[in-house]
Order: sequence, then structure tokens, then C-alpha cells
Amino acid sequence: MEHFIQQIVNGISLGSIYALMALGYTMVYGIIKLINFAHGEIYMVGAYIGYALTTFFNFGFFPALILSMILTSLLGVVIEKVAYKPMRNSTRIAALITAIAVSMFLQYGMMYFVTPQTRSYPNILPDIQVSLFGTNAVVDIRNIYILTVTIVLMLLLQYVIHKTKTGKAMRAVALDGDASQLMGIDMNKTISYTFAIGSALAGAAGVLVGIYYNTINPLMGAVPGLKAFIAAVIGGIGVIPGAVFGGFFLGVTETVVSALGGSLYKDAVAFAILILVLLIKPNGIFGSNQREKV
Amino acid sequence: MLEIKNLNVFYGGIHALKDISLKVNSGEIVTLIGSNGSGKTTTLRTISGLEKAKSGEILYENQNIVGIQASDIVKMGISHVPEGRRIFGTMSVLENLEIGAYARTDKENIKKDIKKVFELFPILYERRSQNAINLSGGEQQMLAIGRALLSRPKLLLLDEPSMGLAPMIVKEIFEIIKNINNSGTTIMLVEQNAKMALLNADRAYIIKNGRIELEGKANDLLNNELVKKAYLGG
Ligand SMILES: Nc1ncnc2c1ncn2[C@@H]1O[C@H](COP(=O)(O)OP(=O)(O)OP(=O)(O)O)[C@@H](O)[C@H]1O
Ligand SMILES: [Mg+2]
Repeated sequence: MEHFIQQIVNGISLGSIYALMALGYTMVYGIIKLINFAHGEIYMVGAYIGYALTTFFNFGFFPALILSMILTSLLGVVIEKVAYKPMRNSTRIAALITAIAVSMFLQYGMMYFVTPQTRSYPNILPDIQVSLFGTNAVVDIRNIYILTVTIVLMLLLQYVIHKTKTGKAMRAVALDGDASQLMGIDMNKTISYTFAIGSALAGAAGVLVGIYYNTINPLMGAVPGLKAFIAAVIGGIGVIPGAVFGGFFLGVTETVVSALGGSLYKDAVAFAILILVLLIKPNGIFGSNQREKV
Repeated sequence: MLEIKNLNVFYGGIHALKDISLKVNSGEIVTLIGSNGSGKTTTLRTISGLEKAKSGEILYENQNIVGIQASDIVKMGISHVPEGRRIFGTMSVLENLEIGAYARTDKENIKKDIKKVFELFPILYERRSQNAINLSGGEQQMLAIGRALLSRPKLLLLDEPSMGLAPMIVKEIFEIIKNINNSGTTIMLVEQNAKMALLNADRAYIIKNGRIELEGKANDLLNNELVKKAYLGG
């Protein structure tokens, strides 16, 4: 039982990371119907920025987190302008291949600059652990930071998307680009904002993961990127609550499967869940099958 | 107010608009009539900046607006109610209207204008917090028109507002269009329902295979033998 509770705690932390990344996937997909395969690399860059700031510049957790989010959001905007915008009217497969190219460019570009060597984050959070309900299951301060930051960012996102003019424009463009332009919405600007926000969330996830698991390397974005993509699809790609649900669901499932002795199969389980969901609800758990009335 | 001169538009190799010229004077209702695939929607989409013209001019208040992006053309006072309504289905009725005013910054007046739209379409007020997708076809059309009015257009482009609606509702929609026109908005109306369009418009153009075939006073066209045969069912 203790073991189980411990795994849930760990699963929620991993799920937070997946959820933050899945949000970026889903927002970008929602607005330009592109699976941004470079999203995992933005997370990796975020982790490195956080590493550099805390290691070489002695930044504390929050300043490092925020600056890393700002820089990754810029990176996302630049990637969109340079690589994806020229492909906007080409076939989807061409755009997808471009995204894979950007992903590899970032992986190996990073490797060139920082070498493939694994780095360790410094310990910037105090060493505090709390045992749960008097058991041996412990919640580390890092678990609390991850979950709190994730929840705060999600609430902020929710606010931006539903209450601000820019957020409403983002939703409108995701629903109907042409109609949005007819309302006076500038597509290019709105797409840039979407990349900025999605990338900032990935950057945050990168810093959090560095703090949580301690080690980072230039290829660290590949597998979590794929997992977050799966999470987004499970929840219903393009649907924001779906991404959050998918992220936490996948994170907890994975840790529980590992705890039950299936750590070798945890990736297979992720894919099995994906296939199952797609068979039963092709649009994902939160995806709608509703069509507009004519 | 609007003058199109020798406009040519292509979709890849398809020559959709062939040397189209037409005019809309301030205060008028001008209708563009034609059968499926004749180029009506393309004409409106090119005016509002969604399609690129290969050659020709679109003069709006004496300025050539070809090449200006759609989101800026709205700000100049041209509002386009697209074919099929294209409301934002998973947003509320109120949010749809708010987005209609996206290009504006005069918050207080926007509120007043939304109120006016609710007065024009009381049913929209009743349903203001429902998702737009749950409205009936006629209500969706009202929402699409209301949304377009919120940019305070001088020229309103309407693409088949009667499409898919019951005759009673069509009548209602046309009355609304008349009212909007009477309150000072110039209207360019695309229709397949030629009879209703000609009954309500001042002037008309008939488009066939991307060319303007005929133009004249709406009344005259109503009684034109060719028009009767081809567009009014004999
Ligand atoms: N996106 C597109 N790509 C390629 N061809 C197109 C496209 N849109 C329209 N066309 C073609 O251009 C021509 C004019 O189409 P348009 O939609 O303007 O006609 P319409 O008069 O509005 O017809 P309808 O009454 O059916 O709405 C048609 O031959 C159509 O097939
Ligand atoms: Mg049409």
C-alpha cells in the first residue's frame, strides 16, 4: 500500500511534466493542424537553459524557471516563423517532415554545443521530505514544486484562453481560420502567440524535469515528447482539458505499471492505451464527434 | 462605394473569375446571382481578402484594396458573412458576438452594439450563453449576421444567407437584411434563391462560369425572359 501511494505521488509528478508538454502539442495542433515534433526539443532546450542559469549564474528556482520560459517561448516563435510558416500552404506530410527535421536539428545542434554528455542539475531546492499519513511514503519538496507550478500555469493558461482577447482569438483561429480573419483577427500574430505559450510551457516542463530527475542530455526530449504527444491524442488532440487529463493519466499509469514490476513494458503500455483509446473513441476521450449543423 | 474592374482569380489552373467588373453604390442592395460553381463565393472572398486576385482592381472608397490582408479589410468597413455561416460552434453566442467586434477597441460602444444586436435578434439574447453549435440553422444565420454587424461595417457582404432555411425563415432573414440596409449599411448579396434576391435588391448582376452575363435593375431582371427561364424556374 505504501509503495502504491508512493508511486501515485511519483506518477503525479511525471504526469505534470507530460501534461505541460501535451498542452503545447495540442494548442499548436489545434491552431495549424501540425504535430510539432520539435516540441520535445523545446523542452530539452528549456532544461538546458535552466541548468545554465542555476549552475553558472546562480539563479534561484523561480527566476530560472521564468527566464527559461521566456527564452523557450522566443525559440518557439522563431521556429514557427522560420520553419513552419513557409510550409503553411503545403501538404501536411511536408510540414510533418519539416517538424521532424527541426527536431533533429535542435537535438544535434545542441549536442554540438554542449556535447552529448549527461549533466546534473544543482540542488537548488531545500532538502525537505514529508511522510504521508504516517507511512513510509514520502512527498519530496520537488513533488510539491512540480505540481504547484503545473497547476498555477494551467490556471493561468485557462485564464488567458477564456478571458483575454488574444486567447479568444486563439480559440477562434483553431475553430475556423477564414472566419477568424473575417473578424479582423491577424492569423500570423495569433499563431505566434500560440507557439509562444506552448513553448513556454514546454520550457517550464524542462526545468521541472531537470530539478526532479537531476540529469539532462541533448536527446532527453525525444521519448517524453512522444509520450506527451500520446497523452494529447488520448485526451483528444486540440482539446485543452484533454491534454491535461491525458498527461496525468499517462504519468500515473506508467509509474504504477513500473511499480508492479513492468518497468520494461511501461512504454508498450502507453502505446497500448493509445491504441485502445483510438479504437473506442477515435477523437480521444475529450474529443467531440459533433459536427456543425448546416 | 465599391467598384471591381476586370478582376481575374485562379485556383491553381482553374480560372474562377474571368474579367469581372461590377459596382456597388452607397446605400444600395446589390445582388449577385448564379448557379452552383459560377463564382459568387469567389467574388466575395476576393473582395474581403481571403483569395488573391491575379489581375484587376477592387476599389473601395476609391482605394485599391487588392493585396490587403483580410483582417485589415474588416477594419476598413467591409464585413463578410461567409457561405455556410461559419460561426464558432464551441463558443457561446455572446463570445461569437464579442469576436465580431474583435477589430474594435471602443469597449463601451461594443457593449451597446451587442445590445442592439440582441434587440434585432431577441432569440440570440435568450441563447446568449449556449454554444453556438446548438442553435438552429436560422438562428445560426442570425448569429452570423449579428457577428458581422459588430465590426460596424459600411459594406456588408452576404453569401447565401437563405441556404438550407425553411421559406418562413428565409422571409424573416430577408426582412432583416432590408432593415439593416435601411439603417444605412450598403449590402452586396450573393444568392441562389434568385427570386427572393431580385425582389429585395435594387440592382443585380448575373454570373455564369465566372463571367458577368447580365446586369440591370432588379425589377427589370425579374421580368427578363432569359432570367425567368434560367433562374426563376420558367
Ligand atoms: N478552394 C478551391 N479550390 C479549387 N477550386 C475552387 C475552390 N473554390 C472554388 N473553386 C472553383 O471555382 C469555381 C467557382 O466557385 P465558387 O465557390 O465561387 O462558386 P459559387 O458560385 O459560390 O457556387 P455555389 O453556389 O455552389 O456556392 C468553381 O468551379 C469551383 O469548383
Ligand atoms: Mg458559393
